[in-house]
Amino acid sequence: MLVMDMLDEIKDKNRKQLEERLTQKGGYIIDEDGIKLDGDYFKKQVRIALKNCDIIDPTNIEEYIAMDGYFSLKNILNNMSQQEVIDIMKQSGLRGRGGAGFPTGRKWETALQYSSDKKYVICNADEGDPGAFMDRSILEKDPHSVLEAMAIAGFAIGSDQGFIYVRAEYPVAVKRLKAAIAQAKEYGVLGENIFGTNFNFDIELRLGAGAFVCGEGTALIESIEGKRGMPRTKIYRTAHRGLWQKPTIINNVETLANIPVIFQKGVDWFTKIGTEKSPGTKVFALVGKIETAGLVEVPMGMPLHEIIYDIGGGVPDGKSFKAVQTGGPSGGCIPENLLDTPVDFESLAKIGSIMGSGGMVVMDNTDCMVDIAKFFLDFTVDESCGKCVPCREGTKRMLELLEKITSGNGKKEDIDTMERLAVTISSASLCGLGQTAANPVVSTLRYFRDEYEAHVMDKKCPAGSCQSLLQYFITDKCIGCTKCAKVCPVHCISGKVKQLHVIDQDICIKCGACQETCPVNAITRS
Amino acid sequence: MEFVFDRENNKEGIEDLEIFIEDNKDKLGALMPIMQKTQEIFGYLPLEMLQLISRRTGTPLSEIYGVATFYSQFSFIPIGEYKVSVCLGTACYVKGAQGILEEIEKELDIKHGGTTPDLKFSIIEARCLGDCGLAPVFTINDDVYPHVKKEDIKEILAKYR
Ligand SMILES: Cc1cc2nc3c(=O)[nH]c(=O)nc-3n(C[C@H](O)[C@H](O)[C@H](O)COP(=O)(O)O)c2cc1C
Ligand code: FES
Repeated sequence: MLVMDMLDEIKDKNRKQLEERLTQKGGYIIDEDGIKLDGDYFKKQVRIALKNCDIIDPTNIEEYIAMDGYFSLKNILNNMSQQEVIDIMKQSGLRGRGGAGFPTGRKWETALQYSSDKKYVICNADEGDPGAFMDRSILEKDPHSVLEAMAIAGFAIGSDQGFIYVRAEYPVAVKRLKAAIAQAKEYGVLGENIFGTNFNFDIELRLGAGAFVCGEGTALIESIEGKRGMPRTKIYRTAHRGLWQKPTIINNVETLANIPVIFQKGVDWFTKIGTEKSPGTKVFALVGKIETAGLVEVPMGMPLHEIIYDIGGGVPDGKSFKAVQTGGPSGGCIPENLLDTPVDFESLAKIGSIMGSGGMVVMDNTDCMVDIAKFFLDFTVDESCGKCVPCREGTKRMLELLEKITSGNGKKEDIDTMERLAVTISSASLCGLGQTAANPVVSTLRYFRDEYEAHVMDKKCPAGSCQSLLQYFITDKCIGCTKCAKVCPVHCISGKVKQLHVIDQDICIKCGACQETCPVNAITRS
Repeated sequence: MEFVFDRENNKEGIEDLEIFIEDNKDKLGALMPIMQKTQEIFGYLPLEMLQLISRRTGTPLSEIYGVATFYSQFSFIPIGEYKVSVCLGTACYVKGAQGILEEIEKELDIKHGGTTPDLKFSIIEARCLGDCGLAPVFTINDDVYPHVKKEDIKEILAKYR
């Protein structure tokens, strides 16, 4: 078991070794401010939640300690009361990074107020937003930061049991967490009588099984209880009656990773970063049509263009920027003229998107906005749990309309119908999944209405992405090699050897096979 | 797809499962971990084992069935030796994942959600594997294939045939 004073000893010893190893490896800045990753990609980044990622060896608890790990927990257990911990959380203004941005301190305070024989701390590691992977990185590269934060939360609300709900798609994260929990117990920073005090805290892992909706707090609780992961009707807050009807707090992985650092460096330091209403940083998964894809952690309030161009290097392959999608299936597409929008909870909501968990998918001029809306609706229809009608039926009708439009059968009134449907689904659904399901449609209609209209009125897809609306033509570059006619699955290409071939537009299924085979690029599509 | 659950061949697995159920059945919320263990041992959820779980835990089979059908990771049919998970998350989608999936379906001559008759390959549609920086991505068991192109697929699959 670890006694208090050994923490300093472990830190000193390992810090030196760590610094030596990193100096040898290269690519790091090591100075009095700490250890940081070097390079252009990291210059504008401020790393709090990711501060140890790609620096420490995540399988070795001593390296986490070398980066001041578990000192916050030690200090709290020794010197602070539960209320003091919660006060600091409230003063820090930390807001949930899982999507909703709810103030963490307030959530904890509610859970503290209800007395109960048992309380629970849950870490939401379900990371469902397709296109976001920051939680995965933290779990795999810095698992102890999550464990330490959960223990702090446990102390603050008076809980001795934590659960981490990890999605099944992250087997490495599961392995790392299992190892980290075992190590933490061995070192006496988890388990019974932590740091020799009378505080006990244990953490159990629970695996998801492939249901996006289980990222929603109450659905996640149902799932841990061993049921179908369907959201509850919110009569009680989970901080009042959550897991097995006991007071429960649920926090996201990235939210938790911030907490030990806040206690280490103090509220003043933390609130100086970011904006007044959204202090601190946010990690974004900058992906899609972007030169340098990856995780970027920046102070809240940084304008979108700075993230996309200055850090990400803009759109590659000589294509032009069209939109950036934030917030996943609950978010929206932001057009170029709004790229000076600062990223914080309020600003993104104002322009019809959301912060969400931090997915940031860049799209270029070859991406069709109607098709993207369809992609997200398809996702929502798949993932809707089916408990409430507006979400279960409404999203299906919406998807049908989008399919109609992208296949060239849309009518003008379909757009109006979608707008009406959106209002109903958003206002009448039971949980956040349904309440935000229409966002991808509403935001693309708001900023890219002309694209919808082109599909409906002119039966054209301006981005050239919706297959049914394309037409393939053979130009007079054709050398009559007959390759295209041979590969065509529906035999709609005719022509004699060494003569110009022709595509019968009525039969063509627009598979593009001919274009791929043509040796002289004689086939165009529009 | 035709298959039978062979009790003889799975004797050890059944014993392991029985021990796991015994150790866990009194814990709160044990059903999912027990089902996950079942799938881990047999590769899918054999009806015979669900009946066993029902008897041992006192959970009605209907309830177990309800849970099994809710989560996409549970399967009632055997999964192939090689699980090909094609990511159709947002990042991969905008980078052409749909085409990759179609190519794999063509190559293996099965649709996603299916298993080849020789029980070698299964195709699974994934919603983000958490490798979005490497999009488009697919995995075969633990091997990750980043930045894949349609042309590469034949060659990649050949390694596992
Ligand atoms: C459909 C849906 C999916 C969600 N998925 C996640 C998720 O994958 N990870 C997560 O942390 N929060 C997710 N949330 C948000 C949670 O409900 C909850 O707000 C969050 O975990 C609270 O933690 P925080 O305050 O630290 O952000 C989701 C919400 C909804 C409505
Ligand atoms: S979207 Fe494919 S790995 Fe995330």
